[in-house]
Amino acid sequence: MELSDHLFRREAGRMVATLTRAFGIHNLALAEDVVQDAFCRALEVWKLRGIPENPSAWLMKTAKNRAIDVLRRERTALTFAPDLGRLLQTEWTLANAVEEIFDPIGIEDDQLRMMFSCCHPRLSAPAQVMLVLQLVGGFGAREVASAFVSSPAAVEKRLSRSKKMLAESGVLFDIADAADFALRLPVVQRALYLIFSEGYHGASAHAVVRTDLCRESIRLTRLLAEHPLGAVPSTLALCALMYLDAARLPARLDAWGDLSSLFDQDRSRWDRTMIEQGRAWLERSATGTELSRYHVEAAIAAVHAAAPRFEDTDWTAIVALYDTLMKIAPSPVVALNRAIAVAQLRGPQNGLEAIDAVNDRDRLARYPFYYAARGELELRCKNNAIAREHFETALALARNPVEQRFLKKRIDACAHATI
Amino acid sequence: MGDFLYLYRGGQRNPSPEQSQQIMQKWLAWMKELTVSGNLKDPGQPLELEGKVVTGKGGTVTDGPFAEAKDLVGGFTLVVADDLAHAAKLAGGCPILEVGGSVEVRPVMKMDM
Repeated sequence: MELSDHLFRREAGRMVATLTRAFGIHNLALAEDVVQDAFCRALEVWKLRGIPENPSAWLMKTAKNRAIDVLRRERTALTFAPDLGRLLQTEWTLANAVEEIFDPIGIEDDQLRMMFSCCHPRLSAPAQVMLVLQLVGGFGAREVASAFVSSPAAVEKRLSRSKKMLAESGVLFDIADAADFALRLPVVQRALYLIFSEGYHGASAHAVVRTDLCRESIRLTRLLAEHPLGAVPSTLALCALMYLDAARLPARLDAWGDLSSLFDQDRSRWDRTMIEQGRAWLERSATGTELSRYHVEAAIAAVHAAAPRFEDTDWTAIVALYDTLMKIAPSPVVALNRAIAVAQLRGPQNGLEAIDAVNDRDRLARYPFYYAARGELELRCKNNAIAREHFETALALARNPVEQRFLKKRIDACAHATI
Repeated sequence: MGDFLYLYRGGQRNPSPEQSQQIMQKWLAWMKELTVSGNLKDPGQPLELEGKVVTGKGGTVTDGPFAEAKDLVGGFTLVVADDLAHAAKLAGGCPILEVGGSVEVRPVMKMDM
């Protein structure tokens, strides 16, 4: 029996979500312990005896048995979610109640409930994202740290603070309440979008980490899109955006593991199936009156995907879409991307002017690709010395060796172009 | 040729799910290697870390063993090898070594009859 990809991680998320429903959010730490314990047992047994026929069922069953043990031992010491507490209190109903809790039909809802709970308004966006990754995605602190280029100790500390807050909040989010669901939904969408962006544009040097984050955010967004209350046009558009962008991932790093910009990506390496899926999601999202930023961003990705060569890109459409995006979700990064599109359509000088016109430009001061964009446009204006300065500033801000190599090549290009 | 017992001790404490996945993959590969080379006689069993120790004529039962987790035998495997050196060499590929654990290699006593 082979081990399927990310089995442990996927199951960890499912199991923590289910057990948290059983024990109540205030017993989150206990749920995590039971899961950890089930995993340790699985590892010990499977190492020698091989992977069982149905590993997911094996893990769930082990967790279930551990849960029953814990409930028996601690039911007098612990308090449980009020509706379940009563059933768990007596030996007669305990085993049945646990069976019901582990009913696989509820597992998608459990994960959604956990996802919504993690996006608690009292937590900052980065804290929400880290919680979703750990509790729903099954990422360890070390892996979260690697995704966000932070130290495992710092991430651990932040996670445990957030979990404490969550446990103290006392109740799991009620996904059956349509009004609450609609209110919390944008926050959840943003968290999923941030996980995706961290994978796609993020600072981690490891291609594997990035692919993992993109894949996990797609899985979770699909989970949301399959729920009747979650399947609103903006969620479908978010799905479209993720598929269309992720389709380009295989081409983002070239054969030498170096970063490759949209200008010179090998487009034959784009994932056609994902592009098709992305288009299908985009089509499904085109209902209702709401035009979300995800719609516009997915549309931009779709325009790129439609161009067989970089020269074929419909820049008029892209600039128009960025104009729309600036109206509904303005940010310095969006403005910068718009300026780059303007440069393609109306020449580098116009692009530079558009960059100079970006509001809150100082918020881009630590972003290496802000300087890289300036450098690129100056280079095209034949201002090599200025271009070089920008690329050097970018290099000093580069977040990993891959970005460093990319920027060094651009600095070299400034020297060659003068001769 | 003879039989040798591998006794596993220690290993990684509380691995993350993804680390578990990697550990598992390495064990699968190692066990497969031993099977293909014909050296695996019995994959063996994992052992619980709790137990009792019975001592003395009266059969006094105490909780234990009280060794630290890293010193406890966590499982065993039976292999066939040319000699002790060969068995030890094969044990060198055990994934437990990468996470701070150890493999004790003991020849099974032969009945020379």
